[in-house]
Amino acid sequence: RPPRGARGRLTAACLPAEPETGRKKLSSHGRKRAAKRRLAAGSGPAGRRPLGGGEQEPTGQTARGRSGFSDGNAKWLAPAKAKKTQPKGNRVELSSDGEVEEGSWEMEEEDGSSEEMVDDYGASSSEEEELLPIEKAALKQKSEGEGLSEDDSEEEEEEEAEEASKQKMGQKEEEGPDLQLNVDIDEQFKLPTSEDIEKEDILFISEPPDLHVIHQRIQGNMEVLQDFGVKREEGRSRQEYLALLRRDMAAYYSYSDFLLTKLMDIFPLPELVNFLEANEVPRPVTIRTNTLKTRRRDLAQALINRGVNLDPLGKWSKTGLVIYDSTVPIGATPEYLAGHYMLQGASSLLPVMALAPQENERILDMCCAPGGKTSYIAQLMKNTGMILANDSSAERLRSVVGNLHRLGVTNAVVSNCDGRQFPKVLGGFDRVLLDAPCSGTGVISKDPAVKTNKDEMDILRCAHLQKELILSAIDSVNAASETGGYIVYCTCSIMVEENEWVVDYALKKRNVRLVATGLDFGKEGFTRFKDRRFHPSLKSTRRFYPHTHNMDGFFIAKFKKFSNAIPQAQKDEGPAVEALPAVPDTVITEPPTKKKKREGSKAEEEQKLPQPALKKKRSLQAQRRPLKA
Amino acid sequence: SEKLLKLAASVPRDSLVAPGTCFGKFTKSQKFRLSVTALDFLAPYAKYKVWVKPGSEQSFLYGNHVLKSGLGRITENTAQYQGVVVYSMADVPLGFGVAAKSTQECRKVDPLAIVVFHQADVGEYVRNEDTLT
Repeated sequence: RPPRGARGRLTAACLPAEPETGRKKLSSHGRKRAAKRRLAAGSGPAGRRPLGGGEQEPTGQTARGRSGFSDGNAKWLAPAKAKKTQPKGNRVELSSDGEVEEGSWEMEEEDGSSEEMVDDYGASSSEEEELLPIEKAALKQKSEGEGLSEDDSEEEEEEEAEEASKQKMGQKEEEGPDLQLNVDIDEQFKLPTSEDIEKEDILFISEPPDLHVIHQRIQGNMEVLQDFGVKREEGRSRQEYLALLRRDMAAYYSYSDFLLTKLMDIFPLPELVNFLEANEVPRPVTIRTNTLKTRRRDLAQALINRGVNLDPLGKWSKTGLVIYDSTVPIGATPEYLAGHYMLQGASSLLPVMALAPQENERILDMCCAPGGKTSYIAQLMKNTGMILANDSSAERLRSVVGNLHRLGVTNAVVSNCDGRQFPKVLGGFDRVLLDAPCSGTGVISKDPAVKTNKDEMDILRCAHLQKELILSAIDSVNAASETGGYIVYCTCSIMVEENEWVVDYALKKRNVRLVATGLDFGKEGFTRFKDRRFHPSLKSTRRFYPHTHNMDGFFIAKFKKFSNAIPQAQKDEGPAVEALPAVPDTVITEPPTKKKKREGSKAEEEQKLPQPALKKKRSLQAQRRPLKA
Repeated sequence: SEKLLKLAASVPRDSLVAPGTCFGKFTKSQKFRLSVTALDFLAPYAKYKVWVKPGSEQSFLYGNHVLKSGLGRITENTAQYQGVVVYSMADVPLGFGVAAKSTQECRKVDPLAIVVFHQADVGEYVRNEDTLT
């Protein structure tokens, strides 16, 4: 049957149909509601009566005219105007008569007639009509319990309850979050005191923590932190909330506190949760077609025939395929063994795309194991030119050799030198790819041990090694090469110490400049981070994250070397030997024949040349000079 | 190629792992043993080829010999003990072998007889990665 309020709001078209159904029998519930309405009505429309009186007449008449009750109620159903003047008395009479149903019916009529007026009485009753009987009973119970009025007071009610419970917080440990579980989301997040935290630690030792509870607490905490001004508890600082969040996240996702602090510096909170969640899940398996032996179309067809479910990787790659599932092991199909494809992460395709090796160039890959990027370079060069694939680890080089042979790469020489020896061993390359050894914080989904075994010293050690390597890489490139002069630096880490800091260091120490990577997607690198300020051209570097791009965390920077001179450690080095005015410099410093070694003496010669006393800042230079790709 | 070799010469001898592609190794008794890494280069020049049915592809890749039941096609006039290149039905080279029976004999022999001795296959890339040179 239609809710009571609806009858009141029926349009003229609907009403004539109504009376045919006759008077409805009210349940005990309906009777209760009617009684309640009377109570409310008594207090409610006291002030509105004069208004109501004025408006009642036309509506009352129309209502009556519309309804035209055919049952024998006409005698007591007086016009609305008269009823309004003595509402209470009539109602009481009616109820005492026992004709409560009629009374409520009458009420409804009045409700209907007063629909144009928005008054508390009308509003509350229509609201009541909407609620299910159960909800109504619950509300009534609550209101009786708390002694509050029932409309729109659910929040207030709970907050009052909270005030009371907060005072008892010290005694209850996990009950705070437990209450949260049972109650509405509107409830405010309660920060446990330090006593509670100690108690939790004790609990932790004796039994494993309840992950569900911790998860709820994390969510509550995050909500508060998002809207701190409004949702905070008085007297508790943001630091305390953050400290709790850090502890909880460390426990829930199994990270070390150090790493989590670092991550909280890099990511804003909602993104941090996405990042942590993404690290729990492995990234999809991707393969790269070996265009030296087959085409992507043919390979896809052959694999589909074997029962592999795959898709092209994306618009940005012409050789990548992502594998959803397969009935045969991907690393053992005859196509794999014949060298038609290589298992490679999607993010590993990016630095080679940024490097853009041309045919007949000389390329150095300083940390090549297991050889995925090297083979991609070779296939882009179509087996022309020469690649020197170097790695400092002999065991991993075996896999490089195997992969290169399998994939049919013929233009590679594999060597086992320490990358830092490089310009001494062999220099004068056209392009260099440096995939530096890093802390691996971008590939946590592949290697969860990184969550706990990295600390400050590890990161700094990696950063130091990377700085040395990048300087060697830069020195191994021949800036005067016609087609090249590029260095690509990439890591599979998201730490600023290993990425932007190293790049900034290189910019300061050598005559290089950052250029666009050619990758149009991905987040830009940071130009400032906490207390450090980096060169503004760092915007051209790219960061990739597991949660935004669904590939391993990665960082890519592309440099162009514009002069072979090695600047001495001076304050205003750099600017005097920029690219355009440096053409005479390079002609002088480099002999016309392709000499491979860049000696320190040449650099000294360079310095003695008259340098214009341009004390322009490097940043200004960069801004003025448009970046040449 | 030669340019590559010249370049490789400048890498210190201890550090050089592989200049170019390895075709095979010389044994102590001065014989030359061809390895599977030479497959890509030799396959286009092969005069005698053997095609293997899809079912026994995997078996060959595991290092087993090819039986008559797995034989798909074989070039005419293959002599006995002739070196052959083994292909899959999709013309993907799988490895090297030696014909155990000449083509004529292959037609007559029973299904479980060996027709090609296995010598080298691409499965070795995965199996013997370390010893692959």
